[in-house]
Amino acid sequence: MRHFIAQRLLSQRLTSTQNFGLERFQFRVKCAAAFVFFGFALLLARLVYLQIIRNEYYSTRAESNRISLIPILPKRGEILDRNGEVLARNYFSFTLEITPALVEDLAGTIDRLEKLIEIHPKDKRRFLGLVNENRWFESLPVRNRLTDEEIARFSVNRYRFPGVEIKARLLRHYPFGSAASHILGYINRINNADIEMIKKGEKSANYRGTSRIGKTGLERAYEFQLHGETGYEEVEVDANGHPVRRLSSIPPVPGNDLTLTIDIHLQKIAERAFGKHRGALVAIEPSTGEVLALVSMPAFDLNLFDDGIRQEDWDLLNTSPDRPMINRALSATYPPGSTFKPFMALAGLEMGKRTPEQSFHDTGVFNFAGHTFRDQKKDGHGHVDMYKSIVQSCDTYYYILANELGIENIARFMGHIGFGQRTGVDIGGESEGVLPSPEWKKHRFKRPELQKWFGGDTISIGIGQGYNAFTPMQLAQAVALLANDGTLYRPHLVKHVTDSKTGGKKPVKPELVRTTGWKQVNIDTIKQAMVGVNREGTGAHAFMNAAYTSGGKTGTAQTFSLRGGDYKASNVKEELRDHAVFIAFAPADKPRIALAVFVENAGFGAQSAAPVARKVLDHFFGIPSGRKPPEDRAVPRRE
Amino acid sequence: MPQLFQRLRNSVFEYVDFPLLVITMLLMTIGLLTVFSATYDKSTHAFRQMASMFVGLAVMWGVARIHPQRLMRFAAPLYIAGLALLVLVVLTGVRVNGARRWLSLGVVRIQPSEIFKIVMPMMLAWYFQKYEDAIKMRHYVAALLMLAVPFLLIARQPDLGTAILIGAAGFYVVFFAGIPWKFLTGMLIAGAVAFPFVWPLLHEFQRKRILMLFDPMVDPLGAGYHIIQSSIAIGSGGFFGKGWLRGTQTYLEFIPEPHTDFIFSVFSEEQGFLGVCVLILLYLLLIVRCLVIASEAPTFYTRLLGGALTMSFFTYPFVNIGMVSGILPVVGIPLPFMSYGGTALVILFCSLGILMGIRTHPVLLRR
Repeated sequence: MRHFIAQRLLSQRLTSTQNFGLERFQFRVKCAAAFVFFGFALLLARLVYLQIIRNEYYSTRAESNRISLIPILPKRGEILDRNGEVLARNYFSFTLEITPALVEDLAGTIDRLEKLIEIHPKDKRRFLGLVNENRWFESLPVRNRLTDEEIARFSVNRYRFPGVEIKARLLRHYPFGSAASHILGYINRINNADIEMIKKGEKSANYRGTSRIGKTGLERAYEFQLHGETGYEEVEVDANGHPVRRLSSIPPVPGNDLTLTIDIHLQKIAERAFGKHRGALVAIEPSTGEVLALVSMPAFDLNLFDDGIRQEDWDLLNTSPDRPMINRALSATYPPGSTFKPFMALAGLEMGKRTPEQSFHDTGVFNFAGHTFRDQKKDGHGHVDMYKSIVQSCDTYYYILANELGIENIARFMGHIGFGQRTGVDIGGESEGVLPSPEWKKHRFKRPELQKWFGGDTISIGIGQGYNAFTPMQLAQAVALLANDGTLYRPHLVKHVTDSKTGGKKPVKPELVRTTGWKQVNIDTIKQAMVGVNREGTGAHAFMNAAYTSGGKTGTAQTFSLRGGDYKASNVKEELRDHAVFIAFAPADKPRIALAVFVENAGFGAQSAAPVARKVLDHFFGIPSGRKPPEDRAVPRRE
Repeated sequence: MPQLFQRLRNSVFEYVDFPLLVITMLLMTIGLLTVFSATYDKSTHAFRQMASMFVGLAVMWGVARIHPQRLMRFAAPLYIAGLALLVLVVLTGVRVNGARRWLSLGVVRIQPSEIFKIVMPMMLAWYFQKYEDAIKMRHYVAALLMLAVPFLLIARQPDLGTAILIGAAGFYVVFFAGIPWKFLTGMLIAGAVAFPFVWPLLHEFQRKRILMLFDPMVDPLGAGYHIIQSSIAIGSGGFFGKGWLRGTQTYLEFIPEPHTDFIFSVFSEEQGFLGVCVLILLYLLLIVRCLVIASEAPTFYTRLLGGALTMSFFTYPFVNIGMVSGILPVVGIPLPFMSYGGTALVILFCSLGILMGIRTHPVLLRR
C-alpha cells in the first residue's frame, strides 16, 4: 500500500525538470538492465562452451588429474654361478633423495640437512654432478644406506624439507666384489643411449619408474630378462601428488634369475694366478661351449656402482693406464704367437701339404725373396717332423709351411676355425680381431704401396706374428674346437634362465656352430703333439707332476699397445716386453676344459702364461692349490 | 492473540522487503552448502559463515530501519574518515601476503577498503543530490576525482579486486546521475589510449594474470595453473554435475581457494550447467528486484544509491564467474552470498538493508 502512496506523492512533487531527470534515470536503468542481461548471457555462453561443448575434454582432464599410475618396480633377477653361488643380488636400502625442481634453495637445504644427517663431501659432489646433468625433475640420491636413527631424525623434521624424501630402493650387491666383474657387468643410471635401446625393444612402458639399467656384461646382455615386469598401482592423488586412495594394483613380476656356466671359485683362482699382471684368460668346456672362466685383469669392484658411482672412482677407473674397464678377454686383440702353430700344422695336414712323418733339416734360417727369416734357436732344431715342430716350437718349419700353403689357403682355413670373427658369446663388447689376407690388406690401408700383399707377410703369419690379432676368446674357442674333434659349440656364459613366474628352468642348449669335417687322424696328430708339449716340450716345466694329462702350446706375442692406450714414458720399457701366451686342454683323451691365457708384457709363454693355466687346471681337477711346479729346473729358453 | 502476533510480525518485519529476503536466503542456502562441500572434512567454515550470515541479517534489519535520508548525513563524514584510514594503511598498515590492506587496531584488524563499497556510492549520490537540478560537467569531473582518490589508494595496496568494485560502484552513480554519453565514450577512448602507460605501473603478477587470460598454457604450472584447474572443474561438471560433495577437483585440492574466490568452480563442478543456470537466475532476480526498488525510489539520492548498489550485485558475480571460467583476469573478487568471508558478507547485507530501507521509507523527512 505504502508504495502506491509514495508513487503518487512522488509524481505530485516532481517539477518539470525533475520529471525530465526521472525519465532520464529510468532510461539509464533500462540501459543498465540491458547491460546486466548482456553480461550474464556472455557468462552463460562461456559456461555452455565449458560444460556442454567441451565437457568430454574436461572430464578426461579431471580424470587424469585424479588418477595416477604409480609404477612398482620389480625385483631384479639374481645371478648365480654354475654351483648356485650368488654373484649378484638385491638388497633394500633407504636413501635420502632430493628433487631439485621442488626445492627453492638447494644449497641452503643441503646445509640444513647436514645438521641432521651426515653427508660426505663425496656424496655431495656426486649429487651436484647429477644436478648439473639437468635432472631437475628426478629424485636424486644424496645419501645412501641411512641408519634407522637417521631415518627417525629426518622423519621428525620432514616438514622443514619440501622436495626431500626418504625412499626405499633396491640396490645391487655383488658378494664377490671384483671377481668376474667383466662377466657380470654393472648397472648405472639410464642415459639417452639406454632410452634408445629400451624404445627399440618396445619396453618403454615396462621401464616407467626404472632408474638404473645394466651397462655392461651380463647385466646388459640379459637386461630384459633380469629386469622383470613393472607392476602398477592405480591411485587417486591430490593436487600435491600425494596418494589419497588406492584404486587397484597389478603386482610386479620379479626378473628372471640367471645361472651361469662360470664356476666362481675357478674364476677366482684364475684371477689370482695373474698376480699383478694384466691379461686375460678364457676357459671353455669343449663339448658344450660353456664358458668356465673368463678373466680380464685388472678387474674392478662392481660394488662401486651399486648406488651410483662417485666421480673420483669413475675417473680413476677410466684414466688408469691399466684400463681395468676393458674386457680384455673379448675386446683386446693380440697376435697368437706360436700358439698358432698347431692350427697351421693342422692346415698342412688337412690340405695334404704335409704328413706327420714328413721331415726336413732345420738350419735355423729360411731365405725368401732376398730376406732371411731366422728361427728363435740360432742353429736350428736339426731334423724336424711335425711332432717336433710343435713340441719344440720350430719357426722354420712354419715359415716353409706358410709359404707353401699360401695366404689365401691359410685365411680360408683359419676363418673356418673362427679366427677373425666374433664368437657370438652372449655378452657384448666383442672385437672381430684381424685375420689377415690380401683382401683385408687392401681395405685396411689407403696408400697403394701398402695395399699390396707380399710373400713375406705370409711367412710371419705362419708363426702367429705379423698382422694376426685375435681375442683371447677366439683363441680359446679354437682350442675347444680342436679338443672337441672339430665340432664347435657357441661359447656361452648362461647355463639356464629361471623363470620367476613358474620357477621353471629354461636351459641354454649347446648351440652347434659347425663341424669342420677334419680327419680324426689329423686331429689326433696335433693333439698328441700338444700333449708332447706339456710332457717333454716347452710346457713341460709348468706341467711337471700334473695329476692329469694335458695338451698345451706356449707362445710369445710381439708387443703392441692396447687400442688408445696411453702408457707413461716410464712404463715404456715394460710395455716393450712381449706378451706371454699359452693354450691348453685336459684331460688329453677326452678334454673337459680348453683354455687360452694371455699375460701382457710378461715375456715368454712358458714362463708366465703356462703357470696360470696350470693353476686353473689343477683347481678344475680338484687338486688343492699351493703345489707349485719346482723352480729349479731350467726353463726352456725359447719356444 | 492472533492480533498480537500480527502486530509483532508487522513491527519486526516492518522495514523488510520480502521478495529480496527470499531471493537472498535462497542464494545463502546454496552458498552455505557449497562452502560446506568446499571445506568438507577439513574445517568448520560453513558454520562460521552461517554465524556471519546471522550477524549480516541483524545488520540488514537494523540498517533497513534507518531512514535513508538520515543515513545520507553520514556520507561525507564517513568518506573523509575512510580516506584518512586508507592513508593510515599506507603509512602503518599490516602486511599480509605481500599486500598492505589491513589496519591493526590493537586486537582487531580492519580492512578500511571494505567500507568504501558502500560509502563510495553514498558519497557520490549525496554529492549529486546537492546539485540535483543543475548538474554541470564540472560536477561529473569532481565526482570522478572523488572516486579516483580511494580507487588509486586501494589499487596500490595492491588490491585490484576491491579497487575495481569500488570504482565500478562509484561509476554507476555517475552513470545514473546522467553523465552524457559523449563524455562516457570519450572516457572509454581515453582509457584505451592510457592503457600502454598504465601497463608498466602494474605489478608483475597483475600483468602476468592479464597475459594468462589469452593463453593459460604459457605457464601451466605457475600463474596459469589456477585458471586451467578451475576450467577443468567447471567443464568436467557437465550438464548435471558430479553431485554435492562429489567434485574430484575440489576434493583432491586441484582448485585453489575453493571456499572463497573459486567457489563457483566448486559449485559448477558439483551442480553442473543446470545448477549454474539456477544460480545465475537467482542473481538476475535479485538485480531485477533491486532495480525496481531503485527506479521507484522517492529521491534523487536514493535512486542513485539504490541503482549503484544494485549494479554492484551484478559486478561481483560477473567479474568473479568471468575470472574463474577464464574470460577475465584473476582478481580477488568474491562471489556474493557464496564465497566464504565474514566482512564481505556483512557489507552485502548492509547494502541489502539500505535497499530495503529505500523501499520501506517512502515518506520524505521534513527538512
